[in-house]
Amino acid sequence: MTRERSAPEIHESLRKRPRWGETVIHGLLLVFAGLSIVTTLGIVLVLFSQALHFFARPEVSLARFLTESQWQPQIGHFGILVLINATLLTSLIAMVVALPTGLAIAIYLSEYASHRTRSILKPILEVLAGIPTVVYGYFALTFMTPLLQRLLGRDVVEVFNVASAGMVIGILILPLITSMAEDALSAVPYALREAAYGLGATRLETALKVVTPAAMSGLIAAFVVAISRAIGETMIVAIAAGAGPRNFKSWREALHHLALFNPFKGAETMTGHIVRISGGDISYESIDYDSLFAIGLTLFLITLLLNILSRRIVRRYREVY
Amino acid sequence: MMNTSSPYVIETQDLNVFYGDFHAVKNVQLRIEKHKITALIGPSGCGKSTVLRCFNRMNDFIPTARIQGRVLFHGKNIYDPDVDPVQVRRRIGMVFQKPNPFPKSIYDNVAWGAKINGFRGDLDQLVEESLRRAALWDEVKDKLDANGYSLSGGQQQRLCIARALAVKPEVILMDEPTSALDPIASLRIEELMVQLAEEYTIIVVTHNMQQAARVSDYTAFFTVDEHRTGYLEEFGPTPEIFTTPKSRITEDYITGRFG
Ligand SMILES: Nc1ncnc2c1ncn2[C@@H]1O[C@H](COP(=O)(O)OP(=O)(O)OP(=O)(O)O)[C@@H](O)[C@H]1O
Ligand SMILES: [Mg+2]
Repeated sequence: MTRERSAPEIHESLRKRPRWGETVIHGLLLVFAGLSIVTTLGIVLVLFSQALHFFARPEVSLARFLTESQWQPQIGHFGILVLINATLLTSLIAMVVALPTGLAIAIYLSEYASHRTRSILKPILEVLAGIPTVVYGYFALTFMTPLLQRLLGRDVVEVFNVASAGMVIGILILPLITSMAEDALSAVPYALREAAYGLGATRLETALKVVTPAAMSGLIAAFVVAISRAIGETMIVAIAAGAGPRNFKSWREALHHLALFNPFKGAETMTGHIVRISGGDISYESIDYDSLFAIGLTLFLITLLLNILSRRIVRRYREVY
Repeated sequence: MMNTSSPYVIETQDLNVFYGDFHAVKNVQLRIEKHKITALIGPSGCGKSTVLRCFNRMNDFIPTARIQGRVLFHGKNIYDPDVDPVQVRRRIGMVFQKPNPFPKSIYDNVAWGAKINGFRGDLDQLVEESLRRAALWDEVKDKLDANGYSLSGGQQQRLCIARALAVKPEVILMDEPTSALDPIASLRIEELMVQLAEEYTIIVVTHNMQQAARVSDYTAFFTVDEHRTGYLEEFGPTPEIFTTPKSRITEDYITGRFG
C-alpha cells in the first residue's frame, strides 16, 4: 500500500513546472506574428513618405488632387477622381457579375448539390481560380469586347472599354466569392435547416430565409475580400480597359450624358495607370514617379475603408447561433 | 380505400428503414391514437429517432436513407408519389433534442413558420397565442425583439414548441425534447405536453422511463435483434407496459436489468 501523502507534499506536487519547448515555440510564433505586422507597417510607411513627396511639390495641392477632373501630372493636372472612378466602375461591374452568380452557385453547392456533383463542380471552380490573370486580360480583349460589340454595335462599344474588363474581373473573382460563400453557408449548423424543414419550409425557403441570413457575416466577408480583389486587379484592366485616364476639361463635361460613367468607353484605373507608368524608364525624380505613391496610398485607403465599413456591417447584421 | 372514421392519426404498416445496406429498423406496426401521447422508448441505437423521422419524412434529407412499407396519415400513405413532403411537415411538426431556435428575434422565430405557410391574419395574435400555449408568454412578452438564443435552454425549447404550434399542426413529434434540460425545465415541458395533448397528438422519444410513465398514454418499446436491427418489441397502454409487460425483454429494460 502506498503511504498517504501529506498536504505540503501535495502542494509541492502542484508547483508550476517550466516548459522550455512551449516557451520557445511561443516566442517563435510571436516573432512571426510581429514580422507580418512590421512588414505591413513598413509598406504603409513607404507609401506615406513617398506620397508626401508628391504633395510637397509646389504645383500639387490636396484640394486639386481631390477635385480636378483630369489626371495628367506632366502638364499639371492631378485629379485622382477620374482614376478612382474607373476603378469603381470596373469593380462595380465585376461585383454585379460575380455576386449574384457566386451566391447562387454557393447556395446550389451547399444546399442542393449531391456529394457527387459537388466533388465535380468544386475542382472546376478551382481550376478557374488558377488561370493567370494575363489570360483573363486577353480573354476580355479578344472575346468579351467583340461579343459586346456584336451585341450593342461597334459605335457604342470601344475596343478598350470598362465593361468587358469589369465583366472578366467578375469571372476572375467568381471562384473566390463562391468558395468563401459556400464555406459560410456550410458552416451554418444542420439543426437550423432541420428546424426550417420541420416547419414545412421548402429547400429554397430554407436556403434563402434561414441559411443565408445565418451566414450573413461570412457572406459579407466574402463580398469584401472579392471587391478588394477586384479593386486591386491590375492585369485585366491594363490589357482591356484602356491605356489612358478618362479625362474631362470640366466636371460639367464629365457629367454631360453621364460620360464619366459610360461603361463602353475606355478608362484607366488606378492600378492600370500604375503599371503603365511604372513600367520602363521612369525617372525617380519625376512627378510621375511621386504620383504613383499618391495613387497607391489612395488605393490602400480605399480598401482599408472598405474593411472597416464591412466590420461594422458584420457586427450589426450578425446572427449568432 | 380511405378509412376516415379511424381513431388512428398515424399508422405504420410493415415499416422498414435502411441506411445504405444497413437495415436499421424492421417491420414496425404502430397505431397512434388521436390526442394521446405516445412514447417511444428503448436502448440507444434501436431506431427510435429513425422511426419518428419517418412520420414527417425528415429522413428524406438523409441521402442514404431508404424506406419500405407504409406510413398512413389519416389513411393516406405519406410516401405515395403524389404526396408533397412539405405539406406533410406542415401537418406533422417536430421538436428536436437540442433546442434549435433560429438566430432571429423571439417574435420572428414564432412567426416564421406561419409566414412561409402563407398565414393571413393577425400575426401578433398568433405569436402571443402560440407563446401562451407553450407556457412561455409571461417570460418573454417584454422582450419579443430579443434574439432567440438569449433565452435559457428550457425557454429555447419552449420557444421551439411555440414555433411548431404556430404552424397549427395536428401532430407534434418530439425527439428527446428534455434531454438537454435540467429537471425543473424538463418538468415544465412535461406539463406542457400533457396540456397540449388536449388539442394535439404527440409522439415523444425519451430515454427517461419516469418521463414516459408520467406523461404518455401509450408506450412503444423498441429494441435490437442480433443484427443490430431495431424492431418494435411491445406496444400498449403505458400502465400495462410499465406494470405488466408481456415480454421479458421489455420487463428487463424497464426495471433497469437491460444488457
Ligand atoms: N444518417 C445515418 N446514416 C447511417 N446510419 C444511421 C444514420 N442515422 C442513424 N443510423 C443508425 O441507425 C440506427 C438507429 O439510429 P437512431 O438514431 O434511430 O437510434 P435511436 O434509437 O434514436 O438512438 P438514441 O437513443 O441514441 O438517439 C443506429 O444503429 C444508427 O447508427
Ligand atoms: Mg435518437
